[in-house]
Amino acid sequence: MAYSDKVIDHYNNPRNVGQLDKSSYEVGTGLVGAPECGDVMRLQIRVNPETQVIEEAKFKTFGCGSAIASSSLATEWVKGKTVDQAMEIKNTDIVKELSLPPVKIHCSVLAEDAIRAAIGDWKKKNGVEEKTGAAVSVVAAD
Amino acid sequence: MSTTVNGTISVPAGVHLPIYMDNHATTPLDPRVLEAMMPYLTTVFGNAASRNHSFGWEAEAAVEKAREQVAKLIGATAKEIIFTSGATESNNLAIKGIAEMYRERGNHIITQVTEHKATLDTCKRLEKSGYRVTYLPVKADGLIDIEDLKRAIDDKAILVTIMIANNEIGVVQPVAEIGKLCHEKGVLFHTDGVQAVGKIPVDVNGMNIDAMSLSGHKIYGPKGVGALYVRRRNPRVQISEQINGGGHERGMRSGTLNVPGIVGLGKACEIAREDMATEAKRLGALRDKLQSKLESGLDYIHVNGSMEHRLPGNLNMSFVYVEGESLLMGINDVAVSSGSACTSATLEPSYVLKALGLGDDVAHSSIRFGLGRFNSEAEVDYVADKVIDVVQKLRELSPLYEMVKEGIDISKIEWQVH
Repeated sequence: MAYSDKVIDHYNNPRNVGQLDKSSYEVGTGLVGAPECGDVMRLQIRVNPETQVIEEAKFKTFGCGSAIASSSLATEWVKGKTVDQAMEIKNTDIVKELSLPPVKIHCSVLAEDAIRAAIGDWKKKNGVEEKTGAAVSVVAAD
Repeated sequence: MSTTVNGTISVPAGVHLPIYMDNHATTPLDPRVLEAMMPYLTTVFGNAASRNHSFGWEAEAAVEKAREQVAKLIGATAKEIIFTSGATESNNLAIKGIAEMYRERGNHIITQVTEHKATLDTCKRLEKSGYRVTYLPVKADGLIDIEDLKRAIDDKAILVTIMIANNEIGVVQPVAEIGKLCHEKGVLFHTDGVQAVGKIPVDVNGMNIDAMSLSGHKIYGPKGVGALYVRRRNPRVQISEQINGGGHERGMRSGTLNVPGIVGLGKACEIAREDMATEAKRLGALRDKLQSKLESGLDYIHVNGSMEHRLPGNLNMSFVYVEGESLLMGINDVAVSSGSACTSATLEPSYVLKALGLGDDVAHSSIRFGLGRFNSEAEVDYVADKVIDVVQKLRELSPLYEMVKEGIDISKIEWQVH
């Protein structure tokens, strides 16, 4: 598989690798995928309770180069955004940025799922009411 | 935290990158083989079927010499060798040709689940035209249970087709036992010898093999040429031709002979016969070194398939909690293969590894190392160091490895299978 330079860059120098304190109220954790499918992503965010801005994001991923790059990029993109803004990130944006081939689109979908799952977890912990139904269903699915 | 996945292992003197360590896929042409082929790619261009001039006679003589060389490697006689375009054609010709020829005697074919697709898909095709195929399972070590085969052979059975050595995990089936059983039961035995011929001793008489496929490019010969051994006595095996035409190869395979390719295959067989014992010993030692270096440098790794019954140059290992394609990406100056879904056209993990009872997660983590004639000890050292380095770095990225290290049983987690 010929990867784009951006995928190779994220693979060689993954951004924001690590973990945040799962028990903290400021931290939301999303764990998506499955080992038997060949990819598992864990994306964590630390949200400023005052501003609702995501101040820190960390990930760890078991998966192919595209999966690693998609989750690495996701951590870069959510940082500095408010929770609501981060919910706007679409998998198609990740596909475009990393020039993912069609067979790797599922990696971007998984990264979007990871963002939503992490935000969902944070909202659940903090009892944040949902204005729309969409995010609530994501929380339930997690 | 700064993690750089690629590029911190130094390259030892004498090692040139990239390193080719995928010798089950194909092998480089031995220079001695090329030398033997050269005249037939240039000045000696005759058609081996031209019976009335010296151009044809020279070509024919070269083909007959090659036929002897191939036969000698496997204990056959020259007349029992049919040249083909490669092992896929040989498997098709043997299985379809025998099935058609012996149709009145029965319609049952017996094979096993880890065969190459050239065998499995040929069998599936025959199922569509009224044949019954039994796919024997394999044990956790990749070998069939001879008792399963015994039970499967019924009065409708006409052919057993079971490979000698597997192309992914290198395990060597109990061919002599299979041949003996088939002989006793009066069922023909075809074997796909592609990975085994030239690597380990194969004797068609000692092993009671009735038909055997082999290929040039797996034994440092050229691509596009192979052979099918077809037994001529005790019993005389008949095959219905699959390609019609000028009646070449005693009518079993029409088509102008690929003279340079055949000369190359012959030479490759001759070299293999002379060098096999020393080469097998050398490759076995290199393989063992690779394995022990990896095992001393990493935890949670294991060999897939029997170590006892295995080709000397094969090592198939799973690096658990690391996905195979991402590992290949990190060792991109080393050519190896993975059983990961992400590296396959079908996006399915290796059916061979699944047949051993390994979970998909383990298949996704597998790497096949295929050592060959031109690999050196320094290359093995470099590859081992590089794999250890990249696996360690990818495990720093792996949430699964972290969880396991923290004592979490990841099999108890309810994953969302997507």
